[in-house]
Amino acid sequence: MNEHAPALVAMLPIIGAILIMLIRHNHLNWLIALLSGFGTMYYSIILYLDARSMETISYAMGGWEPPVGIEYRIDEFNALLIALISIMSFLILIYAKSSLSNELKKNKISTFYSMYLLCLGGLIGILSTGDAFNAFVFLEISSLATYVIISMGGDRRGLLAAYQYLIVGTIGATLYVIGVGLIFIITGSLNLYDISVKLGDVELYRPLLASLAFITVGIALKIALFPLHAWLPNAYAFAPSVGTAFLASTATKVAIYLLIKYLYLVYGFDLVYSNQIFIFVVLSLSVLAMFGASVIAIFQSNLKKLFAYSSVAQIGYITLGIGIANYNGLIGSTVHIINHSIIKAAIFLAIGCLVFSSKIVNIDQLAGLGKKMPMVAVCITISSLSLIGVPGTVGFISKWYLVLGSLEQGWWVVVFALAVSSILALIYVGRIIELIWFHAPVSSIVSENKIPFEMIAVTVLMTIATIYFGIDTRLTGDLAKIAVENVLLGEQL
Amino acid sequence: MSFEIYHFITSYNYYIIIFLMISGLFIVVSKGNMVKKLVGLALFQTSVYILYISPGKIVGGTAPILADGYTIYSSPFPHVLILTAIVVGIATLSLGLSLVIRINEEFETIEEDELFNNELNDE
Repeated sequence: MNEHAPALVAMLPIIGAILIMLIRHNHLNWLIALLSGFGTMYYSIILYLDARSMETISYAMGGWEPPVGIEYRIDEFNALLIALISIMSFLILIYAKSSLSNELKKNKISTFYSMYLLCLGGLIGILSTGDAFNAFVFLEISSLATYVIISMGGDRRGLLAAYQYLIVGTIGATLYVIGVGLIFIITGSLNLYDISVKLGDVELYRPLLASLAFITVGIALKIALFPLHAWLPNAYAFAPSVGTAFLASTATKVAIYLLIKYLYLVYGFDLVYSNQIFIFVVLSLSVLAMFGASVIAIFQSNLKKLFAYSSVAQIGYITLGIGIANYNGLIGSTVHIINHSIIKAAIFLAIGCLVFSSKIVNIDQLAGLGKKMPMVAVCITISSLSLIGVPGTVGFISKWYLVLGSLEQGWWVVVFALAVSSILALIYVGRIIELIWFHAPVSSIVSENKIPFEMIAVTVLMTIATIYFGIDTRLTGDLAKIAVENVLLGEQL
Repeated sequence: MSFEIYHFITSYNYYIIIFLMISGLFIVVSKGNMVKKLVGLALFQTSVYILYISPGKIVGGTAPILADGYTIYSSPFPHVLILTAIVVGIATLSLGLSLVIRINEEFETIEEDELFNNELNDE
């Protein structure tokens, strides 16, 4: 079975999704979801260990040999992200049962699990496929599932958020397809590895550049890079808590990987980074995201929306590393993909606990939380501090590498921007921490439900991870180093 | 006839594609009615299908079926891709339309101006 792991990691969640839709049983649905989530996690870890011991795994889907057939290409970089995403979504699935039965209507829960797994399958497919068009199909599978997840939140504004994202997401995916079409016309191939070889001989520079622009903008809409982020805050705010935690920790990260894959493995470092305008655009948009989104976050009153805007700012850090494009900058990006995934999962899971126990939506309802629910309050505090990048938390590690990278390039402005955006983060996080610990409890909110053990356990686990990986960077830092050294900068080093 | 003019005229298919693409995108951006927006989106997607199909056609080529007396075939590859893309497009459009139905039930309007000003920015 193990040699089919590249296909299984993408297929198991999709099979689970179909089974849940067919069976639609009130108790079995969670078990099936958990089982296929566990299977995915198991095979993703096997896949990562295989990728480490072998060169690059090339899996011919259905026995059709590449470059004509669809190839699944697993290297140390995407295997790492596949493992990250399947572990995160498995942990969130453990958490999901109680939270969903509280937030959704009983007949909607099966649909939610089904969409959750479908989205997971799509995301893993994007990561593992080596075929440009196949990536588009998986992109749409995961997006369509995401639209449904967002609209299920119970708040009727969730429908508007889902519609808004559907329009923007489809435009993004279509722009991506236009870019792929241009590459297809130039090279006559859709296999990404084959394209990267053939692009070396291409003399037509202009269509190549046009395809790069279409693909970058198309994926940037999915990433929610700063001026294209309008869909994200509403989508995160009105989705069910489990959905928000899942999307925040996986979906945008996968789109970022797709962008990195195109820039480094398909177009190649030389072509992309000989183009000064491209670097300027990526860098300035990242810095704008770090500033703009943080400033907007300061003025939010809805708790989930605040952290959604903070997500947009944090995505700016990741794309900043892509723009810096040296060894340390790229490690910063890769580590921050992992770290931000853990931080945001911790925060949104903690918010899910608050929604479960006392329907907290707005920030001012947090007052005095430290006395009423100390456990959740500590989790929110620690993971919010991690967002700022306090030493001893994961956020510090990512920022450290980014600062190192920009110093190597001699870009003092970028270092300054990193510092200022951390201060902005301190403002919106500080407001929350002050309310939690230094204000008297508001009498209108009484804790209604006792939070179940597994919800607290997963939240605490994620919070501990934000501290653990901040002190012991052997796992995250070294794996990111291996990924960057062997895959992205293989030829440069 | 000079080469440039010949080139300009024979690549007329791409001008049609670009015109359709931009009109679709313009409808999405300019219209406030949610159904009209989806129509624009469908037009935008469909124009991309033609972008793929168009370069697959080889002048003088027949349908890609092996037969005696024919040596030039058009490429079947884009058709296969676009068959998939059409399915994706239908799924997106039907999900979008069903969202519009639900929005109409909940808010009793599908005009974006009224909805987004009143609902999403009310905090």
